[in-house]
Amino acid sequence: MIVELGHFILVLALSVALVQAIAPLYLMRASRDLSRNAALGVAQRAALLQFVLVLLAFGALTYAFVRSDFSLAVVFANSHVAKPLIYKIAGVWGNHEGSMLLWVLIVAAYGAAYARFGRVQDGFAARVLIVQGWLGVAFLAFLLFTSNPFARLIPVPFSGQGLTPILQDPALAAHPPLLYAGYVGFSMAYAFALAALTGRAEDAAENWAKRMRPWILTAWIFLTLGIALGSYWAYYELGWGGFWFWDPVENASIMPWLAGTALLHSALVAEKRDTLKRWTLLLAIITFALSLSGTFLVRSGVLTSVHAFANDPERGLFILAILAGFTLVGFILYGLRLPQLAPDRAFQPVSREGLLLANNIFLATATVTVFLGTIYPLILDALGGGKISVGAPYFNAVFAPLTIPFALLLPLGPLLNWRQGHLQPLQSRLVLAAAAAALVTLGMVLTRGASVMVVALFAAALWLLFGAGLDMAQRLAPYRHRLVRFWALPAGAFSAPLAHAGLAVMLLGILAATQWREEIVVAATPGQQMEIAGISLRYDGLRDVDGPNYSAEQARLTYLSGPHSGAHLFPERRFYEAERSQTTEAAITTDLTGHLYAVVGEPSGDKRVLRVWYHPYVAFIWLGALLMALGGSFALATRLRRSA
Amino acid sequence: MTPKQIRLAAIGGGLAFLALAAAIALTALEDNIVFFRSPSELAAQPAAIGEAIRIGGLVREGSVTRDGLRADFAVTDLAHDINVSYEGMLPDLFRDGQGVVAEGRFDASGRFVADTVLAKHDETYMPPEVAEALEKSGKYSSGYKPSHPGDAK
Repeated sequence: MIVELGHFILVLALSVALVQAIAPLYLMRASRDLSRNAALGVAQRAALLQFVLVLLAFGALTYAFVRSDFSLAVVFANSHVAKPLIYKIAGVWGNHEGSMLLWVLIVAAYGAAYARFGRVQDGFAARVLIVQGWLGVAFLAFLLFTSNPFARLIPVPFSGQGLTPILQDPALAAHPPLLYAGYVGFSMAYAFALAALTGRAEDAAENWAKRMRPWILTAWIFLTLGIALGSYWAYYELGWGGFWFWDPVENASIMPWLAGTALLHSALVAEKRDTLKRWTLLLAIITFALSLSGTFLVRSGVLTSVHAFANDPERGLFILAILAGFTLVGFILYGLRLPQLAPDRAFQPVSREGLLLANNIFLATATVTVFLGTIYPLILDALGGGKISVGAPYFNAVFAPLTIPFALLLPLGPLLNWRQGHLQPLQSRLVLAAAAAALVTLGMVLTRGASVMVVALFAAALWLLFGAGLDMAQRLAPYRHRLVRFWALPAGAFSAPLAHAGLAVMLLGILAATQWREEIVVAATPGQQMEIAGISLRYDGLRDVDGPNYSAEQARLTYLSGPHSGAHLFPERRFYEAERSQTTEAAITTDLTGHLYAVVGEPSGDKRVLRVWYHPYVAFIWLGALLMALGGSFALATRLRRSA
Repeated sequence: MTPKQIRLAAIGGGLAFLALAAAIALTALEDNIVFFRSPSELAAQPAAIGEAIRIGGLVREGSVTRDGLRADFAVTDLAHDINVSYEGMLPDLFRDGQGVVAEGRFDASGRFVADTVLAKHDETYMPPEVAEALEKSGKYSSGYKPSHPGDAK
């Protein structure tokens, strides 16, 4: 009953989305202010109602998962009675249909949030909601026609097939919602861009860049956290300690992130300096188009990847149509409107605008190179050129040389004035930062030794870190003698230095973890000792343990030296009965200076294969991402407080 | 500088930068693409010794032997086999009859030495290349229709 209700409510939501997409258009055409307010009123109410309806439908599906209602195809294929409650709930989006429902829920949530909290009530706001309405229509139709989560099975199976064990992890509860909140959040960038492009001449005063920024900041923060969490999940779950695989699905998430980062910065220029507006509008459309292509790549199964799952070609085609439709409409409106947009205001190359433009060029180039590496295999295959894969070496070879000039220029941006900047007043401090970076790099080279590229990257990352510190110091300078006033600084003052330092910390973590990683593989008998990164370990043997819905072989390793001496590591191999599948659970000692990462493998005769890694400073990678998100949050907090 | 000069300099600099970036990307791409070959394709046209390629198919039933860290097995598309050796820990889902993809090189003795062996998330899923290779070999029924496994992300 609840299930039928959920299905019915979803159909209702589609009709409400249609009203949101179409009715305000008619009201607006009826001209003049009265009807324009009416248009906004209709759009706002429809957006709120659509959200409530989708939320109810989502609740109905969650209910079906919690009750293990196997009459639903999606519950049957992805759930099992003997599964902990958290995975029954998180399992709602651990499958194609449910995750698309989550996607629709988030589209509706952004629309409703804008309807409820958008402060300026004008035609622009109505147009934003119309675009969001069309997105709701497209994805609700996709859901109902190709991926109905409420499809029934007859006869009703007795038991479910279970959730892929690798997904049975607390991270499943947070990773997809965060990632989607990021992806889908960029729909607001698209909606704002289209609203700006369809405005009449008298709407020119609408400061779309200013109104857009809190929304793209929100999306960017979520996407940053979602990608970082996904990376950490892959790191501990996949059993060999890699944190980024340049897997096409990861690329699908990093492309909107790169473009979105560029957009954040160019929207800042558009807002503050009334320049780069045309580029910002284009970037807003492209960023969302990349989010949509991400959905297409992940959901259509056209790519080979660790995330690839057999899928229905019909779905891929539908999403491709949505992608093509929204992108084309965006580009066409952009092309039509471009000649009428006011010309950009000029600025000197050495200025904050100039540096932000450089930032955008680097980020756009990075986006294009990822795009190239991701779709090249698809194109070649479609042309009959054979099946190829483009792996990590390509991306590393391209990103390393791009990162160096990017990191070198980055700290200068916030230190320069708008319009025309001067570096002379800061010269001595900059030299100090550079000297410090050079010194630490020299120390690294003497103790570790590394290739030229690694040395250059290391130095650039340190320079970025010290530059961010210098930026922070500059912002604090006026408060030097009254330290109490530090707390009176607007949170926004911390945002750029924090986010930039976060990038530096992440780069250092990546360099350390990839360059100085140590690894041993042994076929061990109980009592055998091994040595890695100066740490002695002893393998004590195996025992059987049982979890809620799995049985496991658990190995025990004991530290014989170092600060953890006497402590144990318990890597496991789990066998999941319901899914007839097995996973490797790594045991990780998480120190800030490095992770010891142990995995137990298959038997080899009477011995047991053990694999142990030492990942130095690997935690810096995710700490850096957290710092970036924190920086973004500070910027958002200031923005919200100021405009409240 | 006048606005016009600035614009010209910006456009010129931008184009030069793009050209450089394109050159780096294309060189990197050329050096780092890896072709996928099925066992039947390799039987018809062997790969050069030492060339990095990806192969895929099913792990032939009963072909897996282990010696210490080394595992030897045969990958088959049911028409032809390739003998593969791999040193290290095999993925969780590696077993007889499972669809796998391996990346590596042929050595002089004709054995495929794998650097990486991939088996996918769950047993009902088959890598698309493997499914296609099996269909091409003609020994596998084309009715292969996977049920819907759990989707990550």
